[in-house]
Amino acid sequence: MSFINYASREINCKIVYYGPGLCGKTTNLQYIYNKTAQDAKGKMISLATETERTLFFDFLPLALGEIRGFKTRFHLYTVPGQVFYDASRKLILKGVDGVVFVADSQEERLDANIESLENLKDNLEEQGYQLEKLPFIIQYNKRDLPNCTPVEELRKLLNPDGVPDLEACAATGEGIFETLKAVAKQVLIDLKKGS
Amino acid sequence: MLGPQSSLVMYDEEYKRIMTLIEKLLRESNSNVIFLVDKNGQLIAATGETEHLDTTSLASLTAGNIAATGGLAKLIGEKEFSILFHEGEKDNIHISIIGGRVILVVIFDQRSSLGLVRLRVKKASIELGVILADLIRKTEIHDEAPGVDSPFAEITDDDIDNLFN
Repeated sequence: MSFINYASREINCKIVYYGPGLCGKTTNLQYIYNKTAQDAKGKMISLATETERTLFFDFLPLALGEIRGFKTRFHLYTVPGQVFYDASRKLILKGVDGVVFVADSQEERLDANIESLENLKDNLEEQGYQLEKLPFIIQYNKRDLPNCTPVEELRKLLNPDGVPDLEACAATGEGIFETLKAVAKQVLIDLKKGS
Repeated sequence: MLGPQSSLVMYDEEYKRIMTLIEKLLRESNSNVIFLVDKNGQLIAATGETEHLDTTSLASLTAGNIAATGGLAKLIGEKEFSILFHEGEKDNIHISIIGGRVILVVIFDQRSSLGLVRLRVKKASIELGVILADLIRKTEIHDEAPGVDSPFAEITDDDIDNLFN
């Protein structure tokens, strides 16, 4: 649910990075934070445990520039991936404008990906959303690891509807900005349709 | 009330009314900072000593706080906890939900008191509720007539691509 402020001429949109535990959601945000110019970003907030696992969410505000005289701001959030934090995940999806599903490409995480994607659909439905109607991107992360499932297989299992998907390696930054760009673009196109 | 998928829209007229109201509340409650946040974490308005504050982060964490306590409330069979109060050594934060939709945050120190803040917030909440209801009505009228004077109807692919250059 975007926030359009005619008084300050700003558009604010919320993007949520979803996915199984340790798939690289926080690393996505950290890479974006590290590579963004100082004047285009706010402070990155991580509510994490002592072992640096996300406890509630990570938050990164980004200012992308102007469209038709409106400052465009994106608020990026991650959810805690661990299964037992489901109550927190539901809260973070409130008011979402676009979702990035970060899949862990490692063979042994295949089931975790499927479970997390089902969980995403369930939690969105509980909030009155349908994933098919939301701007949605799938990122196949950790493509640099040796035990990766082939993309074709991941696509078959996680992306039967053929939404835009990308390969990435969050640790080195490959595909990270491409993912952000893809979801931001969809959100803005959605805003255009909605208006 | 707006549905989950509808956008919150702020217009000049309502923004000015909100600013006048929270500036008055700031004076009358003797507080340091007041801000208004959407339940989804978007900052709507702020006044007071905000220059040394990261208002964007404050807005996001306040919404997270309200969401978490709202979850707690539901677990014990309450609809929501409409007022939260955090007491620090010097500064305190008073958080209240207005009209089920927006969050009013008042930061104050020893120059004020919880009693005074609660009293003034209660009065201001009623007026704020009226402004928000007007805003929602206005948004609904605009939603029924899509495309009317919307700045986004003519966004091109080039506009979007330019954002990332």
